[in-house]
Amino acid sequence: MPVPQILVDNIVKTFRIAQRRPGLWGALHGVLRREYRTIKALDRVSFELDPGELVGYIGPNGAGKSTTVKVLSGILVPDSGRCEIDGRIPWRNRIANAANIGVVFGQRTQLWWDLPVIESFDLLRDIYRIESVEYDRARDELAALMDLEPLYDVPVRQLSLGQRMRCDLAAALLHAPSVLFLDEPTIGLDAVSKLAVRDFIKRLNRDRGVTVVLTTHDMDDIEALCDRVMVIGHGRILSDSTLDDLRTRVTRERRLIIDLLDGGQTIEDPDVTFISRSGNRVHLQFDPDRVRTAALISRITAKYAIKDLFVENPPIEEIISRLYDEHELR
Amino acid sequence: MQSFVLPYTAVLSARFRMILQYRAAAIAGFVTQIGWGAIRVMAMEAFYRSTSAPQPMHLEDVVTYIWLGQALLGLLPWNPDTEIRAMVRSGTVAYELVRPVNLYTYWFSRSMAFRIAPTFMRSIPLAILALLFFGMQAPASPEALVYWLAATFGAVLLSTALTVILSITLMWTISGEGVSFLVSPVIYFLAGMVIPLPLFPDWAQRVLDILPFRGICDAPFRLYMGHIPATEAWAVLFHQLIWIIILVAFGAWLLSRATRRLVVQGG
Repeated sequence: MPVPQILVDNIVKTFRIAQRRPGLWGALHGVLRREYRTIKALDRVSFELDPGELVGYIGPNGAGKSTTVKVLSGILVPDSGRCEIDGRIPWRNRIANAANIGVVFGQRTQLWWDLPVIESFDLLRDIYRIESVEYDRARDELAALMDLEPLYDVPVRQLSLGQRMRCDLAAALLHAPSVLFLDEPTIGLDAVSKLAVRDFIKRLNRDRGVTVVLTTHDMDDIEALCDRVMVIGHGRILSDSTLDDLRTRVTRERRLIIDLLDGGQTIEDPDVTFISRSGNRVHLQFDPDRVRTAALISRITAKYAIKDLFVENPPIEEIISRLYDEHELR
Repeated sequence: MQSFVLPYTAVLSARFRMILQYRAAAIAGFVTQIGWGAIRVMAMEAFYRSTSAPQPMHLEDVVTYIWLGQALLGLLPWNPDTEIRAMVRSGTVAYELVRPVNLYTYWFSRSMAFRIAPTFMRSIPLAILALLFFGMQAPASPEALVYWLAATFGAVLLSTALTVILSITLMWTISGEGVSFLVSPVIYFLAGMVIPLPLFPDWAQRVLDILPFRGICDAPFRLYMGHIPATEAWAVLFHQLIWIIILVAFGAWLLSRATRRLVVQGG
C-alpha cells in the first residue's frame, strides 16, 4: 500500500461573514450592530491522492472547491481536521509546502501585470531560488510545449486570456513542483486555448507524473482529462469515483439517436422515451437494464426506415446536474 | 546567504524598475511639490517677519528644512502599499502565500521599493532646483552629510516598517482608504511636514522625542543642516533603530494574526 501523497482527513472550515441589510438603513444598522452569518465552507472533507493521479474536483459555485485548494496550498487554516502533502502540513510548513506545489487560480494571474512575461519568469526563478541551469531547462521545455517564446517580451496586461493562462501555467511549473493545483484553469478560454491547456495538463501528468487536482465547471475538461472525479456540494464530498462509476450510479440511462430517412415518422416503442427532435434526427432515451441494447436496436431498425443510428451516454453535465438535484444543491 | 536574500532583493528591484516607468506621475509630483514647497516657504517667511521673539531655528534653516521635506515627501508612510492593496482587493494576495518566502520580509522589500523609487525620481531634480534657486542650503559639513545619509537610510527602514503595518491592516479593512484618511494627517503633522518640529512648544518636544515620526524627516534634516550637532548623531540613529525593531516585530506579529484569519476575496 503506497503512502498517499495528499491526505485530507475530516477538514472543517467555517467563515464568518458580516451580514448587511439592503439599503441605507441597513448600512446604518450595520455600523451599530454587526450580524454575522457562519458559512461552513468545508464540512468534514476527506480524501486521499496517490502520486501521479489526475483528479477532477467539481461542484457548483460556492461548494468549497477553492477553499479546499486554498487549505491544501497553506493559504487558509482549517478549523479542524488533518491534512498532509508529502508528509507536510500545508499551513504549518507553509514555506516548505509552497516550494513543493504549483498553484494556478484561473481567475487571477500570478504574473506581474506591468512586466514582460520573461521578467515575471525570471522573478519567479529568484523567488523560488531555482538554480539557473535548471530554470533555463524548465522554462525552455514549458515554452516549447505551449509556444511561449513569442510572448516573452509582451507585458502581461497586453496578453489575451488564452495567452495569459498558458504563461500562468508555465509560471506555476518553473520550480518543477510534484503537485499542481489548478483552480478553473480553462475559465473564459476560447475552444482552441482550452484544447491547448487540456493537452498540456494531460502531458504533464502522463510524462512527468505530476499529481494534478483540477477544479472546473467545464465538464469537457473532466471527460478529456480525469479518470477520477470528486464532487463536492455544501462543503461535503458527495461522490468520489471514476467517471464511469459516477455515471452508472447516478443514471443507467442511455441515449439512442436516430437519423430517419423520412422525417415524418414518429418512433414508438414501449421501452424508449422521447426526448427531442430536430429535422430528421430523433433523440430517445432507454434503460439498458430493462431492454438489451442490441434487441432494442434490431426491433427499431426492423420497424422504421433508418439512415443512421448511435447510442450514447447522457452528457456529463446532465449527470452532474442530477447529482446536484439529488442533494438539493440548487 | 546570497540565495537567502535573493527573493527579497529580486522583488525589490523589480518593483523599483516598475515604478520608474511611471514618468508622468513623477513629473506631476515634481511640479506639485515645488508649488507646495513655495507656499510653505512663503508662509514661514511671513511668520518670521511678524515676530521679533527669537525662534529656535533660523529662517534659512527652516527654508532648507522645507525643501528637504518636499524632496523626500515620498518617504512619508502615509498610505498602504498600493500594489498590496490591489492584490487584497482582487484576491490575488492568495498567490503571495504560495511563495516559499517569509511573507513579512517579502512585503517589506516590496514596500521599501514603493517608498524609495518614486522619491528617488523626484528628489534629485527637486533638490538641485531648490539648491540653485530657492534658497536651500548645502549640508553644514562633510560630516553632517555623512550622518544625514545614514539617518536617511534609517528613515527609509522606519517608514517602510510603518507602511507594511498599514498594508497589513488591509487584511481587515480591504479598502485601506479609511486608514489613509486617519493616518496621513497625523503622520504629516508629527513628522514635521506641516510645521518644522523645532518650532513646536517645549511640552510637545518631550512627546515628539519619544514618538517614531521624528526619525523620518525632522531628525535627518536637522543633521543635514547641523541643527543637531554631529556629536549627537548616534542618539538619532539609536532612536531610529529602537523604533525599527519595535515596528518590525509588531508588523510581523500582526501579519501572522492576519494570515490566520484570512478570508480571500472572491471564490
